[in-house]
Amino acid sequence: MCTDYHPLSSNDTAATDGYGFTRRALLGAGMGMVSAAVTVPGFITRAGVAMADTSMRVSSKSGVPEDRVLVVVQLSGGNDGLNTVVPFGNGAYYRNRPGLAVPDDQVLRVPGQDGVGLNPGLRPVLELMEQGRAAVVQGVGYPNPNRSHFVSMDIWHTASPETDGGTGRGWIGKALDGVKVADGLGCVSMGAEAPLATYGKQTRAVSFASPENFRWTGRDLHPDMSKTYDDLLDTPLDQQHARRTDLGEDPLAFVQRTALDARVASERVRRAVAQRTNNSFPGSGLGRQLEMVAKMIRADLPTRVYYVNHGGFDTHAGQVNTHANLVRQFGEAIGAFHRELEQTGDAGRVVTMAFSEFGRRVKQNASGGTDHGVAGPVFLFGDAVQPGLWGDHPSLTDLLDGDLKHGVDFRSIYADVLGNWLELDDGAALGKTFRPTGLIRASA
Amino acid sequence: MPMDPSWSPIPESRWTPAAARHVLQRAAFGGDANAIARLHELGRDRAIESLIQPDAPVPDHPVDADPDVIKPPSREERIEYRRMRAGDEQQRERLRQMRLAAQRNDRAMFRQIQRWWLDVMRTTETPLNERLVLLWHNHFATGHRAVRDAFLMYQQNAMFRAHCYDFAQLARRIVRDPAMLKYLNNDRNSRRSPNENLARELMELFTLGAGNYTEQDIKEGARALTGYSVDDNDFEFRRAQHDPSTKTILGAKGDYDGDAFVNRLLGRDACPRFVALKLYDHFVYDVGDDWDKVPRDRQRVILTLGRLIKKHEYDLVPVLQQVLASRHFHDPGNVGKKIRSPAHLMIGTMRTLRTPSRNNRMLAEAMEQMGQVVFEPPSVNGWDGGKAWINTSTLYVRQNLAVYLVTGKRPDQPFDARGTGYDPTVLLEGLDERTPRAVVDHLADALLGEQVPEARRAALYAFAEGRNKGADDPQALIGLLCMITAMPEYQLC
Repeated sequence: MCTDYHPLSSNDTAATDGYGFTRRALLGAGMGMVSAAVTVPGFITRAGVAMADTSMRVSSKSGVPEDRVLVVVQLSGGNDGLNTVVPFGNGAYYRNRPGLAVPDDQVLRVPGQDGVGLNPGLRPVLELMEQGRAAVVQGVGYPNPNRSHFVSMDIWHTASPETDGGTGRGWIGKALDGVKVADGLGCVSMGAEAPLATYGKQTRAVSFASPENFRWTGRDLHPDMSKTYDDLLDTPLDQQHARRTDLGEDPLAFVQRTALDARVASERVRRAVAQRTNNSFPGSGLGRQLEMVAKMIRADLPTRVYYVNHGGFDTHAGQVNTHANLVRQFGEAIGAFHRELEQTGDAGRVVTMAFSEFGRRVKQNASGGTDHGVAGPVFLFGDAVQPGLWGDHPSLTDLLDGDLKHGVDFRSIYADVLGNWLELDDGAALGKTFRPTGLIRASA
Repeated sequence: MPMDPSWSPIPESRWTPAAARHVLQRAAFGGDANAIARLHELGRDRAIESLIQPDAPVPDHPVDADPDVIKPPSREERIEYRRMRAGDEQQRERLRQMRLAAQRNDRAMFRQIQRWWLDVMRTTETPLNERLVLLWHNHFATGHRAVRDAFLMYQQNAMFRAHCYDFAQLARRIVRDPAMLKYLNNDRNSRRSPNENLARELMELFTLGAGNYTEQDIKEGARALTGYSVDDNDFEFRRAQHDPSTKTILGAKGDYDGDAFVNRLLGRDACPRFVALKLYDHFVYDVGDDWDKVPRDRQRVILTLGRLIKKHEYDLVPVLQQVLASRHFHDPGNVGKKIRSPAHLMIGTMRTLRTPSRNNRMLAEAMEQMGQVVFEPPSVNGWDGGKAWINTSTLYVRQNLAVYLVTGKRPDQPFDARGTGYDPTVLLEGLDERTPRAVVDHLADALLGEQVPEARRAALYAFAEGRNKGADDPQALIGLLCMITAMPEYQLC
């Protein structure tokens, strides 16, 4: 799958604008990993299966941008980056976290990578890395970091660290504004409330915790009501409402059209989610959400962006077990999701990005936890992802107010997944142009 | 057919129950057939006078409003905190726990205050006043997320209510309002490092509108507002931080302070015009707040309204009296054409259908999912409003909220016909004829409007005719109410 690719062949020149990071930052280890991957027999077998599957899919439109999907995984509460991507080779890590550090012998070694490894719960992520379909960007943040959950999450959602208050619009919503997607299904968010990131001027995410809520619940009262509701919707409006008003579409015609769209979208989503997957997914909240997303992707919904949430990372006290469980759940869900995508032949058209609003402090606190910090790792998964460990692991000794310094601006990653992956207008969504990071392969 | 541009009153002959319904929809939260009849019987002028209540009694305080949940540390406390911060890990931890506890208490109080206001809207006898408070909350948009002090949000809400018919008072008081001063960082606006945030929004969003001032005016205005700060829950003028030197604002030189700056803005012609645009958008038609996007014909009508506001020196009592009686307001092109805000939809449904009280948490979630969390507008721009309220997701929430209010059934629960706790027959009081058609028309006229044609009611007639216990049986009525509230017409007012 990536045997024809070698990072050294890249002719991208080193580019840094203070926000992005240099291509040189792609550590040698990442390159080693790619070649290591092709020698793993399991990988070849699995990839072979996946390719056969893809070629059998008549409807496969791989390579067509409209077909590409972005899945955003929000790790809410402030994921402890240092216990996720672990600098086990650094004495300062163990000195600052006597009761919290992941013991050296438990850290998953990343081939060719010295001193930095993965939390033991991330074995599925390591496997994806070995297959050349996972990247971890280290030290991602933004200037003048804010340590409030609300504010920092807003900053990640609106992609605007400079403004307070903001516009109430998010990076995904702005990118999808003006993009026509059938049945209002451009963005689907798992959870009762759509995240700020998905709000655009026109764009609104379809959001539901359970697909059973994404329908008119009056249908449950009596079969006659279900029928009457459909009859009411199918009754045409009086001719006068077909005319445009001095301010655009007639309001009643607009609501009627939206109601018809909603009925179609509801049926499509619920039909998709009623299918069974090939793989079993873990029973965690994230596992269930990604299971639904996998089903919707397989059903070829026109959705460009899916948004899921994995919460509970605010580990101020008694962190060890809580964080280990959360990370393991993340790893398992991501593993199952990608196994499923491979088997349905959709692996080539999906990129998954996982982020958290901030990392945590280097030094543990008195309650066996860690307090709000700043920079943290961002994960990217998918065949189109330039694999490896990106960016330098932030220094544990050169700190700013006891916090890590960020090396990569998160907006440069947004620019990549919007511009180079979804081929949307990243400049419009982010308010300015960020140099592509190279995280998405140009040939993808 | 061109729209009637006149702000002069409709003749008494056009003051019909349908006209009374229109006034109730726009200047209150709607009403059932009886409420419509009662308003209609008063006659045009007395009906509208009855809604305009500048001297209404103040609603009861929220039970849990506690001015001291968030309070600035005393001098002793500051010294103590500094000591703790410099202390060992355990002391710092204790300090952190104290801060977290205060924030937790504040969030709990915030939820109480949100609930309190929705309750005031649901029970008030002066609904127009609450509609105005909603308008000013959206106009002078301030969010708890940034203010982080629920009591200040409550205090601002009370200020809006006390002066809801007087725009000049509102503008003068907003630059002394602690929540706003914190929200737009004016508490950090000092002569040494001026902060332009409040000065900019004061001109762009609160009084003049974009294009009616220069960047230099913002700089000068920001200097006028230096030292306008907050001490705990009160306004505080910090003389040492105020810049007393001469400023030139909108071409006029003077020793402006914040109050003089506001008076200067109120004296500009752009200001009454901007207020007219906001009133028009709120009460007459969803035109948005971008003047350039308003169609020409409507611009002219709004300009006239602006002159009226100027003539009455921002006193909205005579202005609203005239608007709500006017030929333009009652023009068919403006009736049933506005998208109801989530608050209007939820409160209107509860008041009009007289549904029993339901789980507050569910209602708060519904508001959030419909996109209108009170005291938490998305930004200083407020809510977009109009068509932006409605999309495939929010439309289901809006419909399902009505199902929940009427039946008590949550989306993920089965329907329990005996557990609704609701008697819908109260809506038929005074209705003698109980044929399926008469029952449907009685409900549809009040809830959707008389203008909804027979063809759109046909499916409802068919449903009502199919009930073997009669259309006025409680279960049949519950079914009808769920379907009527699910119709596109119900989303409009």
